[in-house]
Amino acid sequence: MDWIDWLSAVLVALGALFFIAGTVGLLRLPDLFSRLHALTKADNLGLGLIMLGVLPQVGGPLQGLKLLMIWLLVLLAGATGAHLIAKRALRGDGEDMFE
Amino acid sequence: MIYDLWLLIFDLVLLGTLLALAVAALSSPEPRRAVMLFIAFGLWLSLVWARLRAPDVALAEAAIGAGLGGALMLAAARRQAREAQQGQALAVERPSPLAVWGLAFGSLIAAAALLWVYYSTLHGGPEPERLADLALARVPESGVTNPVTSVLLNYRAYDTLLELGVLMTALLGIWSLGRASAPFQPAGPALTAMVAWVVPLLILTAGYMLWIGASAPGGAFQAGALLGAAGVILRLAGDPAAGLPGETAQRWLVSLGVAVFALVGLALMVAGLGFLTYPPDQAKWLILAVESAATVAIGATLAAAYVGGRRA
Amino acid sequence: MIDEVYLVVSLVLLITMSIGLVRVVIGPTPADRMMAAQLLGTAGIGMLLLLAMALGVPALIDVALIFGLLAAVAVAAFTRRRVGRDEA
Repeated sequence: MDWIDWLSAVLVALGALFFIAGTVGLLRLPDLFSRLHALTKADNLGLGLIMLGVLPQVGGPLQGLKLLMIWLLVLLAGATGAHLIAKRALRGDGEDMFE
Repeated sequence: MIYDLWLLIFDLVLLGTLLALAVAALSSPEPRRAVMLFIAFGLWLSLVWARLRAPDVALAEAAIGAGLGGALMLAAARRQAREAQQGQALAVERPSPLAVWGLAFGSLIAAAALLWVYYSTLHGGPEPERLADLALARVPESGVTNPVTSVLLNYRAYDTLLELGVLMTALLGIWSLGRASAPFQPAGPALTAMVAWVVPLLILTAGYMLWIGASAPGGAFQAGALLGAAGVILRLAGDPAAGLPGETAQRWLVSLGVAVFALVGLALMVAGLGFLTYPPDQAKWLILAVESAATVAIGATLAAAYVGGRRA
Repeated sequence: MIDEVYLVVSLVLLITMSIGLVRVVIGPTPADRMMAAQLLGTAGIGMLLLLAMALGVPALIDVALIFGLLAAVAVAAFTRRRVGRDEA
């Protein structure tokens, strides 16, 4: 296992750590909005580190671009999703989200 | 050795959580929570297919089972919740615990019986000739190199034609049942920006899935589901037509899949080869033509199904 | 050796996802359930990328792409309101 493999292992483990942190935040934080905050950190940083860890191991530049695209898509969807959830929760004023 | 051990642990955790999730989704009294758990179940199932090294099925499960199925069921759960609020919903009875346990026990017995049959067939007598080996041996003649696509579009093409017919019939049922549901509110700037990126990406990925289905996991159903998802998100962002053209054009699009497939079959019959019997050197192009038509048809059907009825 | 690392980290992500499921079950508001589901989706993408390396199936990266696209659609499906139901 050469140094690239070690680097991948470290990055991937760090990414998993952020996912754990995000999940713990999701379960333990008191308020809807603070949980939203924890969620987006896990999304961006956790997946980003995992992607960086996997990036040196893929089969070619096209696959690497695909990985990058996946991460950017998750960033976009995550940010917009957080905005939508927060807006709906604020306007709804605690009322049910499906009516 | 240690890899196999970790793989075993992974399989056990995956299986355990899958069963727990299934029980939780089915026993949830509130429809909206049950729908969310069911979407999570679809995600989990897609991961199971990924673990079993079946990327084609994982693609289809993620796109259709979790994604589009989830969106459709959410719309249904919303309507049911609204009707319950207004006192119009039907009462749901919980089954008796005796029935639940009896059914669970009976399913276990049936599963054990099936496993016994499977095991004794494969290991009891002389080694039987497996159909999979025969099918894999003839894949190079089928026009594509992905074995899943060769089964779907060549060996069992008739089944796929009928599946497309089933989809079309389901949409005819939806159209016959009444008007479309109310449209969604116009989108704010954040959602508009996301849709402006996601819809072209969905269409591009659909084209990629369609093209690459010949040699790598992909194919018409996955591509069509992505197009349908593009329609769904357009409708959610405020477009009442889900990105579809007018009603006449929709009818053409929706019947395109079955039409092209059947016409190809009939043309081959007229040419003396038999219904849907491709000549080996043209098989690749015939399959591509059929898959392209099927992709467009599936996308239009799923988007029209999400609209929920005929437009006012 | 790196394959075992990928597999172990996927297992960690799987356990994290299972813990996140608890939030889907208990709620209390539907927004909580939605957020937990979004976390499940992202962790699933991470897991698929790792499994693609650990199992040697590069097509799983395509599955991860589909996951990401459909997560975007799902979050819109959960939060959008129909015309005529705006009580705010």
